Amino acid sequence: MRYLPLTDTDRQAMLATIGASSIDDLFIDVPAEARLPGPIAGLPAHASELAVERHMTRLARRNLSAGEAPFFLGCGAYRHHVPASVDHLIQRGEFLTSYTPYQPEIAQGTLQALFEFQTQVARLFGCDVANASMYDGSTACWEAITMARRVTKRGKAILSAGLHPHYVSLAKTMARFTGDLLDTALPTLTPGAPGDDMARLLAGIDADTSCVVVQNPNILGHVADLSELAARCHDKGALLIAVVTEPVALGAIRSPGEMGADIVVGEGQSIGVGLNFGGPYVGLFACNEKHVRQMPGRLCGVTTDADGQRGFVLTLSTREQHIRREKATSNICTNAGLCALAFSIHLTLLGETGLRNLAALNHAGAVAAAERLATLPGVELVNGAFFNEFTLKLPREARPVVRALADMGILGGVSLGRLYPDAADLANGLVVAVTETSTAEDVEALAQALEAEIAA
Amino acid sequence: MSMNSEGRVTRPETLAAADAPATFTGNRALMLEEALIFERDDYARTGVDIAEAPATSSRLGGLERHRAIGLPGLTEPEAVRHYTRLSRQNYAIDLGLFPLGSCTMKHNPRLNEKMARLPGFADIHPLAPVDTVQGALAVIDELAQWLVTLTGMHAVAMSPKAGAHGELCGLLAIRAAHDAAGSDRSMILVPESAHGTNPATAAFCGYKVENIPATADGRVDLDALTARLGPDVAGVMITNPNTCGLFERDMKRISDAVHAAGGYVYCDGANFNAIVGRVRPGDLGIDAMHINLHKTFSTPHGGGGPGSGPVVLSAALAPYAPLPFVAKQPDGSFRLIEEETADQDHPGSFGRMSAFHGQMGMFTRALTYILSHGADGLRQVAGDAVLNANYVLRSLDGLLDAPFGPSGPCMHEALFSDDGLAPGFTTLDIAKGLIDEGFHPMTMYFPLVVHGAMLIEPTETEGKAALDQFVGALRSVAERAKAGDEALKAAPAFAPRRRLDETAAARKPVLVWKDETLPQAAE
Ligand SMILES: Cc1ncc(COP(=O)(O)O)c(C=O)c1O
Repeated sequence: MRYLPLTDTDRQAMLATIGASSIDDLFIDVPAEARLPGPIAGLPAHASELAVERHMTRLARRNLSAGEAPFFLGCGAYRHHVPASVDHLIQRGEFLTSYTPYQPEIAQGTLQALFEFQTQVARLFGCDVANASMYDGSTACWEAITMARRVTKRGKAILSAGLHPHYVSLAKTMARFTGDLLDTALPTLTPGAPGDDMARLLAGIDADTSCVVVQNPNILGHVADLSELAARCHDKGALLIAVVTEPVALGAIRSPGEMGADIVVGEGQSIGVGLNFGGPYVGLFACNEKHVRQMPGRLCGVTTDADGQRGFVLTLSTREQHIRREKATSNICTNAGLCALAFSIHLTLLGETGLRNLAALNHAGAVAAAERLATLPGVELVNGAFFNEFTLKLPREARPVVRALADMGILGGVSLGRLYPDAADLANGLVVAVTETSTAEDVEALAQALEAEIAA
Repeated sequence: MSMNSEGRVTRPETLAAADAPATFTGNRALMLEEALIFERDDYARTGVDIAEAPATSSRLGGLERHRAIGLPGLTEPEAVRHYTRLSRQNYAIDLGLFPLGSCTMKHNPRLNEKMARLPGFADIHPLAPVDTVQGALAVIDELAQWLVTLTGMHAVAMSPKAGAHGELCGLLAIRAAHDAAGSDRSMILVPESAHGTNPATAAFCGYKVENIPATADGRVDLDALTARLGPDVAGVMITNPNTCGLFERDMKRISDAVHAAGGYVYCDGANFNAIVGRVRPGDLGIDAMHINLHKTFSTPHGGGGPGSGPVVLSAALAPYAPLPFVAKQPDGSFRLIEEETADQDHPGSFGRMSAFHGQMGMFTRALTYILSHGADGLRQVAGDAVLNANYVLRSLDGLLDAPFGPSGPCMHEALFSDDGLAPGFTTLDIAKGLIDEGFHPMTMYFPLVVHGAMLIEPTETEGKAALDQFVGALRSVAERAKAGDEALKAAPAFAPRRRLDETAAARKPVLVWKDETLPQAAE
């Protein structure tokens, strides 16, 4: 067995040192009736690398990968080109096969990369500080709501209608047991929807409100100015939590921090990580300095060593589960370190110049696509303002259209019926994301297939 | 000539490292200093060539960003060098034995990485029509079958993103089950030796937490536990094998007592590597247990994640499992049960606990690993992991205090205390001494029930020669700590950094780069 270095001779010698006669003897503390006598029946035995590769490759071929088709899916996961060097670098064994940097003297590589990551995230989001990552955007969002509860000592969160429905769903799961109150609403396809949602949020903030949670760009692709909302939150002693599921947008639009958000969380997948059928991704978490001791997750900070040399360590760990146990700010332990590294490397390769150019290219592509698709008979563009994703209202239900497009080899977008199965008036909504990976030919292929399908 | 303790000539007679002259760069040959990306001269470079955006009218609604973000860029050669240099300041399994107890730092097979990167897995969108991702759903289903069979449980929830998230999943299922029965039990019992995530998770989902004491032989005190059970206790969280590296012999009796009192049994399965293929938790009366794919099933830790923590469930808790999950159809195809059909297909579900369907990239890796080992190989994995740990335990007999050593063999990790070290010498000194010997230290000061705990988990992917060298190094360092060798206090001397001041870091936290505030590197 290629992953097991011990030989039978080694095993015998080691058993002699231990004073046991067999490996089975070492399991003496397991009650006899719970000890299995041999390999579990009905499961296959070990296999060669070649055989395993054959099996896995066969399964992989049963999927239609994004690169094989005109591709327009978004809604919280975006396909961007990731430079080859990113994947090469994160596969260096020293990054890939190291642990959480508990022994800082021999983990300066991971720690410095995390410090750079924290700084990049804080700057991108327009906040003072950021942590070393969360599992993903959805869990980061719930953590932000609990943090707002601790900071304000209030228990009601108002969620924008444009917050990703999975993020809302997760918050509802948790709130059922934690006792937090959630004020939620469904999005609509009416032209004034973003304004209506903003009015609802502004009007809802009261003395019990811990936070308002608003996603920008939101699930339908709308972008909005959050400044007034931030000011109203602060007037009433509540926090504004902004959620970013497409960080590339921040190369084009103002950051939530600049607009006054107190906590900014996000899904970092779109920079460096790839689609991966939904995970692993990387949660981003940033806030103002004054709330740092209420933050969840690991933090990397600067210090010096015994020779006075600068170095990095994990710090403020008195917030964390391994020290504070049931009083910790969160239960998170393992986070998304390697995905954070991929995010950071990709963002370093882009730099300010690259990110702005990438964002401009995404926006231009999306504008062109939206204009083309809005010319189709019966199709309306729902958005006023958007970045690289927008919503179309089709003249018929979108789900069967998406399936029919897939049969034609086109991954044409996300139907709102998939995300909001119970909301009949969203059923005709199709959310289309356009990144630098979509070509003009792809857009034309989508336009023609969509036209044919809605006429059918 | 100087020689190492194995008698090999290590270097010609020359200056000791400490006396070596300062260099102009601060580098020491292959030990290369690397500035922060923010400390470069300008931020204008980029390592990505991007086509120019065609001129279109902006639809950003007046939200255009004007202010600079402050993101430095590097060209590809600079970036490759920056991160390669950083990587070389890390210890890793690929470099040597990484005996971090409770963390199962085993070899990460490279076939796993290759399979996870097949475009059919890596380049598919979580919301793609299910007809176009049947292979991905098949991977999830196949892995799920393995996990259920290996644990002898009823069902598995695949979406939790790490061990602690799995604990949350299990406790939410317990809460939902009590809820459905109209009971509002509010207390979770946790042994003193439990990992910090156990009490933290219980509190995170709104439970109160109480500790249960251990017996002198490092196990849960069954009598104390039974005495504490009652109508307020929703469940217990037991780690088995436990964090002292011992099997909870009374597990079945614990489960029976908890069930009789109307509670549920959560098992922290972080240490499943010790028993995989040899013991099925389902035979011990457990209701829910997370499995860290990033421990037992060899997906890489990546410097702190990502992980994956599927939770196996008993028949009693399975009805409350989270959304979404994969269901196999009579015709062999797969469906995703999501919010849409949950009312018919899975009405008791406590709901969703993350966006999308879990850590797919970890599922492909774990399945690749499981298929490579097969049922026979996995059994050998547990056997060798336990053999290696006992070999380390007995090889240090008489040198380090093993509080539970006399009670019999350990499971996959060997636990020592700091008893017998010279006054003023601590577990930390031994850890830092091991660094100079070229090893990652063991887990220190955990579990909390042993003074100055040193928890050593060699894993099954170490050979005898590697263990012998590690034991030799640990003997040498421990002897120095027992003899009060002051030089040990200065360790590590040969790492990229000497001991770092963690107190100073916490007193005035500097968490992001700001040109004005950072202490300058000493010349
Ligand atoms: C015993 C034990 N329980 C729980 C955990 C938490 O697992 P994770 O870090 O994957 O959240 C760990 C890992 O660190 C552990 O060792």
